[in-house]
Amino acid sequence: MSTGTSATPLGKVRGLGPSGNGGAHWIEERFAAVALVPLSLWLIFSLIMLPDMAQRTLAEWLRAPSAAVPMALFIVAAFKHALDGTKVLIDDYAHDEGNRVGLHYVSAGAALVGAALSLFALAKIAFGAA
Amino acid sequence: MTAPTKRPLSPHLTIWKWGPHMLVSILHRLTGNALSIAGLALLTWWLLAIAEGGSAYADVVNAASHPVGLLVLVGLTWAFWQHFFSGLRHLVMDTGSGLELKINKLFSVLTVAAALFATALTWFFLIGVNR
Repeated sequence: MSTGTSATPLGKVRGLGPSGNGGAHWIEERFAAVALVPLSLWLIFSLIMLPDMAQRTLAEWLRAPSAAVPMALFIVAAFKHALDGTKVLIDDYAHDEGNRVGLHYVSAGAALVGAALSLFALAKIAFGAA
Repeated sequence: MTAPTKRPLSPHLTIWKWGPHMLVSILHRLTGNALSIAGLALLTWWLLAIAEGGSAYADVVNAASHPVGLLVLVGLTWAFWQHFFSGLRHLVMDTGSGLELKINKLFSVLTVAAALFATALTWFFLIGVNR
């Protein structure tokens, strides 16, 4: 949904909220959210089904592609969704523009570093180094 | 955005009678941000510890079996289920459905009840199967 050239009142205000843009981002936010419905359920059920929480059990579980691949998807979707969520919090409560931009850098940086560390750890486990 | 000067504010938190929909709305935000910060930090630590093994993983086990650690884990489990169910509610409302007063109130109450039930069930199975 773009700002377009609509002549209706709704069409004119589309994309003019506090964030400066709207529809397309709103739809894009939902991809990670919807992806996390099956992925987070998979994670919870997998943990419940494991015989114990010993490091060897978990490493063996994540070595199988059937666990490593959904875990990789979960990591990407979870960090993306967390970034989408904290962005809204910052936009709503950080009123000073300098602070707001700064906090967006902090949260984007934290999400990227966290996702990279998690994927690195997962790769190390999955490829048998753990 | 510069702060507007001396403009009247619309009635805010103090004036409204609390309803389940307001509770669920703020819970969705609180749980989402708790999961984003604490939940994902712990997920990262957990994965790194599994990859590292040895004393690194022992640290995780020690923290998780400490009463405070356990409380955090149960709290995050509840936060996950609350956010999961209120998130489903939001996806339904995104389609324009479930916005009528009665049905909206019912769905709000249901997300809270389902989250508490799912948290209890999750820990029942975690403890039951793993010990």
